Amino acid sequence: MSDFFLTAIMTLDASVRVCVPLIFAAMAGLFAERSGIVDIGLEGKLLMSAFVAASAASVFGSPWLGLIAGMFASVVLAMIHGFASITYKGNQIVSGVAINILASGLTMILTLAWFKRGGITPTLQGDERFLSITLPGVDIIDHIPILGVVYRELISGHNILVYLAFAIVPVVWWVVYRTRFGLRLRAVGENPKAVDTAGLSVEGLRYRALLIGGILCGIGGAYLSTAYNAQFTKEMTAGGGFIALAALIFGKWHPYKVLAACFLFAFLQALAIRLQGVIIPGVGEIPVQLIDAAPYILTIILLAGFIGKATPPKASAQPYIKEL
Amino acid sequence: MTRDRRLSWINGLLLPLFNVLTAFLATGIIFLFIGVDPVEATKILIYGALGYDEGLGYTLYYATNFVFTGLAVAVAFHAGLFNIGGEGQAYVGGLGTALVALYINPAMSAWIVIPLAISGGLLFGALWAIIPAYLQAYRGSHIVITTIMFNFLASSLMVYILVNILREVGEMSPESGDFIAASWLPFVHDVFASFGYKIAKSPLNLSILVALFFSAAVWFFLWHTRWGFAIRAAGKSNEAAIYSGIDPKKIIVVTMCISGALAGLVGINELMGVQHRLFLNFNYGYGFGGIAVALMGRNHPVGILIAAFLFGILYQGGAELDFELQNVSRDIVVVMQGLVILFCGGLEYLYKPILVRFLAPVKESE
Repeated sequence: MSDFFLTAIMTLDASVRVCVPLIFAAMAGLFAERSGIVDIGLEGKLLMSAFVAASAASVFGSPWLGLIAGMFASVVLAMIHGFASITYKGNQIVSGVAINILASGLTMILTLAWFKRGGITPTLQGDERFLSITLPGVDIIDHIPILGVVYRELISGHNILVYLAFAIVPVVWWVVYRTRFGLRLRAVGENPKAVDTAGLSVEGLRYRALLIGGILCGIGGAYLSTAYNAQFTKEMTAGGGFIALAALIFGKWHPYKVLAACFLFAFLQALAIRLQGVIIPGVGEIPVQLIDAAPYILTIILLAGFIGKATPPKASAQPYIKEL
Repeated sequence: MTRDRRLSWINGLLLPLFNVLTAFLATGIIFLFIGVDPVEATKILIYGALGYDEGLGYTLYYATNFVFTGLAVAVAFHAGLFNIGGEGQAYVGGLGTALVALYINPAMSAWIVIPLAISGGLLFGALWAIIPAYLQAYRGSHIVITTIMFNFLASSLMVYILVNILREVGEMSPESGDFIAASWLPFVHDVFASFGYKIAKSPLNLSILVALFFSAAVWFFLWHTRWGFAIRAAGKSNEAAIYSGIDPKKIIVVTMCISGALAGLVGINELMGVQHRLFLNFNYGYGFGGIAVALMGRNHPVGILIAAFLFGILYQGGAELDFELQNVSRDIVVVMQGLVILFCGGLEYLYKPILVRFLAPVKESE
């Protein structure tokens, strides 16, 4: 077994773990943006949920209660966003920014008030967090070369939320492209007036999109603090919400393409950690900062129209004002 | 008073006032929630920020940064652009200032070095805004998304430059060497001392005059020049602008350059004024704070000066709260920023229906 193969598997394994919150946040963004709401607040919702989930898991001793609390917190922020941008027709981007900043400040204030330490929640012990699951059959396949290692290291041994993240993408695809709600959702993002004329509530559809987004972001945040890590730490999302936003654009608002973009960006992050200080023959040392910045650079190049074209839903960022 | 006049009073004064009060009220509720007496907290905050010389100095010093980023956001708003990239533009602007202040001939007079270093900040800030502006104008990429991306790029770039290029040999922390002395902006307490007045030491420096100068300049530019008119016209209606011979694409690029340049001035206060070296994250939070300041100040330089002063009070008072009370840290200011952006921005029209109904109802006869 070559070292290179093992390293590759390990890097892919790390990419899978990094990818999970990006998938949840990007799918959340997909619902919002398909309904015509630009969701800059993904980062804030992830962060708030990560904090609330870790707090609840620590206080109640159960990651599941943490997950529910995290989803609740994220949904509350999503509803504030909806209240400002749907009901009061305010600027969607401004309210998204407000949510990010609020989450950043509130998590710091509340950690200090509740746990007496600014920016940190208590470490989760044992089964207070989501533990990794060994899939059936690892022992049987293990002796097969390559496949055995891939199954044991890459596919088995993740926690339940990782599997949920990958399972949710086809569900999102199905909901968006194969259900009545999905059809209406896409219509409301492209031409809200037509939806209104058909006698459907534009506001109702947009609120539902944000509600689903809130739940998804909530799971993503809970993953960060109760599965990937064992506590909440200051600004632990580290721009993940914005990378998800970039992945959403890079994947052109389509679930499978967005998943691919999330995985690409996650892989770049995993690679950046691997390549730290490694000298590549003929190239020299690649600056870690360059790889860190790669998702943003790629998205900007895409947005500039040099590799394909990213066309957002037509009605995004426009509040719908009903004619009387 | 006619109904129109009443409406303009509601929009111009009452609405912003109610919005700010709501944000403060919400902060008060958060204080209660975490077991802090809001009245007590307000007392500490105001005393810490205004009660003594040194506190006031700090307040004005923080306010200076907010004036720069607030103006930056406001200028872009007038053209209908939302510049979320103040954070990155301030950061890279600091690099421009630092390059001048580090490498210029140390024998040169401060009268030449200081304007050059300020220009460096303006130039680099503008440069960091020009690509998103170009992409918005000529390739249709949304400026909000690109400026967010550019914030992250700025942060990666600056880490790289500070770690690999500007860091002095043998130093551990990623920061540059000292700026040459001629580039240091004098502290206000030193200026007062040279006239024989003794005031308490604080980081307040002459950048505050630069901030006042640029506030006046922005006001003059926006309301009394052809370009300013073009910017406001393009912001109100793209089509009307085109019919009056204004090229909206050019407007986008010019406006964003001005906006970026203004954000780039944060570095002169932080670096030339106080630290005299370039270091990581000196810009932290001021770019986003600028959004709150611009929204609160209704995008007018006078409003921005008031809002920036208020945020200066919150920053300095917040530090005092941190020191005095166990249960609350300086991050309460970040929460307030978020609430101000929410209530003065996103929920701008929350009270409008109710105010209009009571103060300026539509009469049957009208």
